[in-house]
Amino acid sequence: MADQTPENVIAQFVNEQGEVLHQSLSVPANINPEQLALVLNTLLQQEVIKQIKYTWDQGSSLVKTTEYQEIQKSLVDDIIKPGKHSTEETFKIVYRPQAVFRVRAVTRCSSSLTGHTDAILNVAFSPCGTMLASAGGDTTVRIWDLNTETPQSQLKGHKHWVQHVAWSPNSKYLASAGMDGMVIIWEARTGKQHCIMRGHTKWISALAWEPLHLNPKCARLASSSADGTIRVWDVVHKRMVFSMSQHTAPVMCVKWGGDGLIYSASRDKTIKVWESTVGKLVKTLEGHAHWVTSLALSTDTVLRTGANDHTGKIYKDESEAQKRALERYKQATAGKPERLVSGSDDFTMYLWEPSTNKKPLKRMVGHQKTVNHVAFSPDGRWIASASFDKSVKIWNAQTGEFISSLRGHVAEVYQVVWSSDSRMILSASKDSTIKLWDLKTKKMKMELPGHADEVFTVDWSPAGDKAASGSKDKTLKIWRQ
Amino acid sequence: MQFIPQNEYIEESIKRHGRRLDYAERKRKREARQVHKDSQFAQKVTGLRAKMYNKKRHAEKIQMKKTIKQHEEKNAKQKDDEAVPEGAVPGYLLDREGQQRAKVLSNMIKQKRKEKAGKWNVPLPKVRGIAEDEMFKVLRSGKTKSKSWKRMVTKATFVGEGFTRKPPKYERFIRPSAMRYKKAHVTHPELKATFCLPIIGVKKNPQSPLYTQLGVLTKGTVIEVNVSELGLVTTGGKVVWGKYAQVTNNPENDGCVNALLLV
Repeated sequence: MADQTPENVIAQFVNEQGEVLHQSLSVPANINPEQLALVLNTLLQQEVIKQIKYTWDQGSSLVKTTEYQEIQKSLVDDIIKPGKHSTEETFKIVYRPQAVFRVRAVTRCSSSLTGHTDAILNVAFSPCGTMLASAGGDTTVRIWDLNTETPQSQLKGHKHWVQHVAWSPNSKYLASAGMDGMVIIWEARTGKQHCIMRGHTKWISALAWEPLHLNPKCARLASSSADGTIRVWDVVHKRMVFSMSQHTAPVMCVKWGGDGLIYSASRDKTIKVWESTVGKLVKTLEGHAHWVTSLALSTDTVLRTGANDHTGKIYKDESEAQKRALERYKQATAGKPERLVSGSDDFTMYLWEPSTNKKPLKRMVGHQKTVNHVAFSPDGRWIASASFDKSVKIWNAQTGEFISSLRGHVAEVYQVVWSSDSRMILSASKDSTIKLWDLKTKKMKMELPGHADEVFTVDWSPAGDKAASGSKDKTLKIWRQ
Repeated sequence: MQFIPQNEYIEESIKRHGRRLDYAERKRKREARQVHKDSQFAQKVTGLRAKMYNKKRHAEKIQMKKTIKQHEEKNAKQKDDEAVPEGAVPGYLLDREGQQRAKVLSNMIKQKRKEKAGKWNVPLPKVRGIAEDEMFKVLRSGKTKSKSWKRMVTKATFVGEGFTRKPPKYERFIRPSAMRYKKAHVTHPELKATFCLPIIGVKKNPQSPLYTQLGVLTKGTVIEVNVSELGLVTTGGKVVWGKYAQVTNNPENDGCVNALLLV
């Protein structure tokens, strides 16, 4: 009698902040996620004036211990049967909105682009999703036309390996930097050299453009170098604005945050937060016990894409684009300060909220070797980390809790990248393959072999239709569904 | 006798009165004449003096050549300092020690094609032929030792796991256990590193198919080794298990098997 499940249970929908959406309602106990989503969407249409398509992602029974349980099959199978929650009480079901669009998984290689004469070290899609830039050990930067998947222009100017390329958020400029310590700005459409900026005494590890909503002209750019400095350059006046030199070891990563802060991670085990107008040191985040190798911001995707959203709208002028970018930024942060995650050689990751606190929110342990790359999902809910221990791990970005470990690579994983709808992850590995992982099932969805050597870099177009990977075998591969 | 000035009066005189007006001309002529004089002397001289002279001349010539070379180097266009080194790696792999990086080994299709043809581009293309009487020692058997159908292999061999010898009546070839090897020192040509790897099997002994069958390890033999600990991967992203290697030494003389990995 006791184990008989009732037909109906009382449920309540709660959003992530804990606000109750609607008064309690009775739902059938064997309701599945799709049906729940249907109910939820109907409710939201009534409640929310602006109509947004919410789809079901995760449900949970919010008990006093705030233990979350994902609803996979149905309410009965996942929660009532295992006895996680009494049927007498109200079920609090937490919902999370998902992206209104869906990115189709990349499954095949549509072209192998040759041209580089040495390993490809970095690939980057333009924020508008129409161009692709690749940089390699042959000192050139190449821009590829994505419609025809053919070379568009070859940019010569560097004297040594080009380590990093970065598109300005308005897709007008392409910045490249490398082992020769020069930053070169190119005009993306014509392929002409805009300016060369010299100043760094050692190789440059990363570049970061000023976000579009802070400066619609995309005039400033930060570069981090092995000489321990971060320099901010003015692209319009073609000069250095200021240099920030507090780090005592090579700076490996730099990010320009949406709140006007610059974050830098260095091999001196610290992360430093700088103010971006004059270059004043704001905070030093300490905690790591070894080199800090990688940084990711919860707003990375929205900062990278600027005003370009999934609708592909083109804005008339800069101020309009800026307005849209700001709107998108606000939507992405939802009024909360942006969060930062750092990966390190000490095998751990830290979750920070740099604008409020210099203490970490959470120390994320679990990897058994160097964490090489971290990435926030575009919706800011998940963190993926790539490690030399051959695994990719998924973490909850709110709390920093470990969610799942994705195993399958047989060698070091170098990079991870999210699809723009936050449903899939691509990982590039030393074992010459790229693997596509599904966040819902937490399993490998697709294996993409084809490269003849280590895959150094991978990127997924913000538009979601294509992914690109660059390898040591000197070829660039474009993947699509 | 050589004239040795007793004081610095010559220098003093030159300083005071200068040189003869035709000094430079005479000097040039004298120097031009000198080679002819030297040549005549060199042709005429015999005995110990010749020996000494030739030695001196030899040293001079070496010096001369060195000097010429130095000048040439100075004049030659300097080698491009801006040459870009090979083997680019991304920033996240720079300065990491103990990282040996080699190309992922050949793709599977190529490997299979080669296997089918039974031909490899090997480091030791030619081997010395080994006659049967060098390879085998004849063992006489029977009550009066009159039968001689038994052979003992005198070279190093590889004997597979779990091998049991046949009963003496049927055992035609004896492979002495002292000459059996399970591991080989395999050098990776690109990593320039040597690993002690377990042997999986003898793929081909160029001497004869019989020796292949017997697992005889002679110089030039292609063996299959277990490379899983090297962590090499195929293009499909699987760990390579077995790879071929060629024996580069004479294991029967050296007491070990050295081999070069075929990439």
